[in-house]
Amino acid sequence: MEQLLYIRHLNVDFVLREKTLRAVRDVSLTINKGERLGIVGESGAGKSVLGFSIINLISKPGKITGGEVMFDGEDISKYSYDEMRKIRGNKISIIFQDPMMTLNPVLTIGTQMKETILAHMDVSAKEAEAICLEKLKKVYIPSPEKRLKQYPHEFSGGMRQRIIIAISLLTDPSLIIADEPTTALDVTIQAEIMDLLLELCETDNMGLILITHDLAVVSEVTQRIAVLYAGRVVEIGPTEQIIGNPQHPYTQGLLKALPEMADGENRLNQIPGMMPSLFNMPDGCPFEPRCKEKKEHCTQTVPGLIELENGAQVACFAREGGK
Amino acid sequence: MEKLLEIKDVDKHFDISGSFLDQLRLKGGRISRQKTVVKAVNNVTLDVMAGETLAIVGESGCGKSTLARTVMGLYKPNKGEIFYRGNRIDNLSSKNMLPYRTKMQMVFQDPYASLNPRMMAREILEEPVKFHNPTLSRGEIKDRVAEVMLQVGVDPKWASNYPHEFSGGQRQRISIARALVLDPEFIAADEPIAALDVSIQAQILNLLMDAQDKRGLTYLFISHDLSVVEHIATRVAVMYLGCVCELATTKELFSNPQHPYTQALLSAIPRVGGKRGGHTRLTGDVPTPINLPTGCVFHGRCQHANERCTQEIPAQRALESGTVVACHAVEEKRI
Repeated sequence: MEQLLYIRHLNVDFVLREKTLRAVRDVSLTINKGERLGIVGESGAGKSVLGFSIINLISKPGKITGGEVMFDGEDISKYSYDEMRKIRGNKISIIFQDPMMTLNPVLTIGTQMKETILAHMDVSAKEAEAICLEKLKKVYIPSPEKRLKQYPHEFSGGMRQRIIIAISLLTDPSLIIADEPTTALDVTIQAEIMDLLLELCETDNMGLILITHDLAVVSEVTQRIAVLYAGRVVEIGPTEQIIGNPQHPYTQGLLKALPEMADGENRLNQIPGMMPSLFNMPDGCPFEPRCKEKKEHCTQTVPGLIELENGAQVACFAREGGK
Repeated sequence: MEKLLEIKDVDKHFDISGSFLDQLRLKGGRISRQKTVVKAVNNVTLDVMAGETLAIVGESGCGKSTLARTVMGLYKPNKGEIFYRGNRIDNLSSKNMLPYRTKMQMVFQDPYASLNPRMMAREILEEPVKFHNPTLSRGEIKDRVAEVMLQVGVDPKWASNYPHEFSGGQRQRISIARALVLDPEFIAADEPIAALDVSIQAQILNLLMDAQDKRGLTYLFISHDLSVVEHIATRVAVMYLGCVCELATTKELFSNPQHPYTQALLSAIPRVGGKRGGHTRLTGDVPTPINLPTGCVFHGRCQHANERCTQEIPAQRALESGTVVACHAVEEKRI
């Protein structure tokens, strides 16, 4: 399979007056052409920062302080602002969480869509409109000609998110980064949006990075999953393996904590404690304070990712040599 | 089982038309005055049995939170009656409501908004005890607060901390402690875990279930997360646009949903390890509660809707299985 994008040893720091916080630590990932990768983790695990750092969309005081992001054979993390603008919203699009916040309330949908096209493509206004209509049809917006002239408040939440998806498709990107695209929506609308994303990825052979905290959603949509904890990838592998045969104690805990996994007992299997704050990161494995399988050296050294037989990689000393 | 709470034909409407000038409309060259009313809860009848967990599920805007707040007396219903252990409580004055307030407590959704940022955890927890038991000594109040804090898993040595010093999960524990400190019989929990992470959600759910076991609590549990509801609830009421469309025991509802909306809702839940596709998909959007559709509120999105559904509001009917459902198609055995 052909690689679409790969990230090597990426570090993202937030430089504050008294301290530097590392939100993403030594993350390496690969995504192939047309592949759907899920990034899961709790709030504060660094999943959005990781997603945004791919297209260098981190606002100050955050910045990429190490590693590389290779896309089309070039390290785009070193790109200048102007060079990056040619990639962003063009070859790599992003879909944000809240469709209310993403669309400009004082411009019509048509204006906002054409803006994107004219910024990236050398086409006439008429051709641009034709592209808009084509993409709106693709995301199943009824009577698109009429809809183009309407403002965001005239659409429901689900429709708005579909328009944002249409905007992200305008330039036929090869990769879409979707950051919690359905968190602000209801279940029935969520199902609709996820079906649509999945269909679009399959028909156009588009890559998708789906950032979410919802294990059920990623398990249905993606082919591979990366589990993030305290800024690090603790486990990454094929979706069936991560969901069906998780190896890292954190992934195991997360899955067991789901109500549907409560195996008939009344109590849920909870993970004690909570994720350490970036201000107060343990020296060793970040999960060690909550871990049931911790060993002596877990408090001192950070485990690196090791290959497992099932095709997954896991960062845990308890799995070393064992399996 | 004994009925703890009875909700009878309750309507709750909100007038959002604003000032007199805002209400004026120009129509056909004539000025008329028009009121805009959000019909949040319509004709809801429910009983909550002592010791059970009744879950109310539905999408945002379906009126589930409004219903809980109306039950708690935070809103006065426009129509209908609410009884607590057989005594009518919806028309009581604030003073007469006081004894019920110690019995009925509420846990809110957002632990960041529901705790006063300028009060220490101790003050937050002492306030209700002091208010309802003015005769208690300082020491007794302190003991009671410490006991509840231990029970919800917040170390009493943090009692002098302010809410911002706690994490989201700990704040929700304090909210639950505030509800428990008066030793209530009934707790309305309005999306108590929606703002929390998965691993913390399990901790809070366990805490709620433990408290129920120990104290024999009755819960009205509002949620949009069906997998949580499936785990915690005894019975489930499904709401759509302010109406209860189906009410059944949890097992029956999840294994044998009757109402077309319940079926669509259930098939939309993503399942871990599931595959996409093969779901019943709803078309269209939820209508606004300002202009309710005529007839069945769901008919615009229902694939089984016929002429009757657009005209006549379906009544709640009990089936043999015990499920109560409001649907013409089910009644006519079309589905």
